[in-house]
Amino acid sequence: MIKYDVVTTISYPKKGAMGKTGGWRAFKPILDKEKCVRCLRCWIFCPEGAIIRKEDDSVEIDYDYCKGCGICANECRVKAISMVREESK
Amino acid sequence: MAIKDLPKEEYVLPGSAACPGCPATIALRTVLKALGKRTILVIPAWWTAVIQSWYPHTSFKVPILNIAFEAAAAAASGVSSGLKVLGEKDINVVVWAGDGGTYDIGIQALSGALERNTDFIYICYNNQIYSNTGIQRSGATPYAAWTTTTVGGKREFNKDMGAIVMAHRIPYVATACISYPEDLYKKVMKAKEIRGPKYIEILTPCPPGWRFSMDKTVEVGRLAVETGAWPLYEYENGKMSFNGFSKLILEGKVKRKPIEEWLKMQGRFRNLFKPKRDEERIRRIEEFIERMWEDFRSKV
Ligand SMILES: Cc1ncc(C[n+]2csc(CCOP(=O)(O)OP(=O)(O)O)c2C)c(N)n1
Ligand code: SF4
Ligand code: SF4
Ligand code: SF4
Repeated sequence: MIKYDVVTTISYPKKGAMGKTGGWRAFKPILDKEKCVRCLRCWIFCPEGAIIRKEDDSVEIDYDYCKGCGICANECRVKAISMVREESK
Repeated sequence: MAIKDLPKEEYVLPGSAACPGCPATIALRTVLKALGKRTILVIPAWWTAVIQSWYPHTSFKVPILNIAFEAAAAAASGVSSGLKVLGEKDINVVVWAGDGGTYDIGIQALSGALERNTDFIYICYNNQIYSNTGIQRSGATPYAAWTTTTVGGKREFNKDMGAIVMAHRIPYVATACISYPEDLYKKVMKAKEIRGPKYIEILTPCPPGWRFSMDKTVEVGRLAVETGAWPLYEYENGKMSFNGFSKLILEGKVKRKPIEEWLKMQGRFRNLFKPKRDEERIRRIEEFIERMWEDFRSKV
């Protein structure tokens, strides 16, 4: 990454700029790969970009950053994602 | 076009400061997929300036110029002229501003940039409130909606920002909604290819501001379109045309869903239904929407 030598405040891109936001979750999305039809609705609608789209268009959830909003589960038409309460830490 | 045709490249990095279920990051992910890396965002004070996250980090992978609230479109004119002087071509200069920053505070700068024919895309992310400062009413807040400054429900109807922008006779105006990413993507791709000022407004239902549960963001957006509360259209070469479900509504091929279905999903309209049904205000909302569609039919 290029850093610029100028006299002003510049922020640089970072994954997890606010840390591992997975810690915000109260409910956790669980994906049932058997049911998934690879439509990618969960991928495009995830506000966090926490659904990883693989080469073959299968998907995986990045629990380090998933905030547990449940949009993916709500938008999946074949109900391949279910939300379960996080174990208390 | 299907969802799988959208590029894999991500420009919004996970782990930002946005609320869970935030529509702004849903919209921005799709918008930046369309714009690509040769893009400069101009962002005034508002939620996205927070979502970017804290110095010295940012969650966005494109250069951003943060600027005072009322100055976004004027700053974009400057960036656009600067690039021209440097001989830089094919860089998208894009303002990304909230409805408060567009309908109210930034409207004169926007009007000026449109009139000067600045080559840029102005994108208004419309969550119908000043959310960053704790949910105050804006010129985009709909009639009867609760905000912290309209406790019994807003007494005025929202402005028609699309019409205000179209009155500048710019080459391209479009509306979109986060619930229809392919439509949004296509509109941004089209805007990118047109020279001169382009304006795109995206409806972005905000869970804490509209008072619905955070898994329903996309569903609330979809119902806004299906009930006709939010139209999807384009304006090119002086002509309006309608897209997707809105085209079917316009042509009378489907009936709008009853507006109550959309209102009832949102706690901000609770005072229309509790303690008892407010027939008068519900009728006024229904009339407002019907008049809007009649007006559209007279224009196409
Ligand atoms: C001139 C000026 N007035 C007020 C503010 C305080 N302020 C910062 S963000 C904001 C609300 C922005 O609302 P909107 O543009 O709708 O975006 P949202 O936060 O809803 O995404 C306000 C009022 C400011 N920064 N500058
Ligand atoms: S929305 Fe459901 S079916 Fe589609 S890719 Fe995601 S998990 Fe699979
Ligand atoms: S729960 Fe929300 S943040 Fe987590 S993967 Fe699903 S859509 Fe993304
Ligand atoms: S208040 Fe609304 S728009 Fe702002 S970050 Fe939260 S969900 Fe997004």
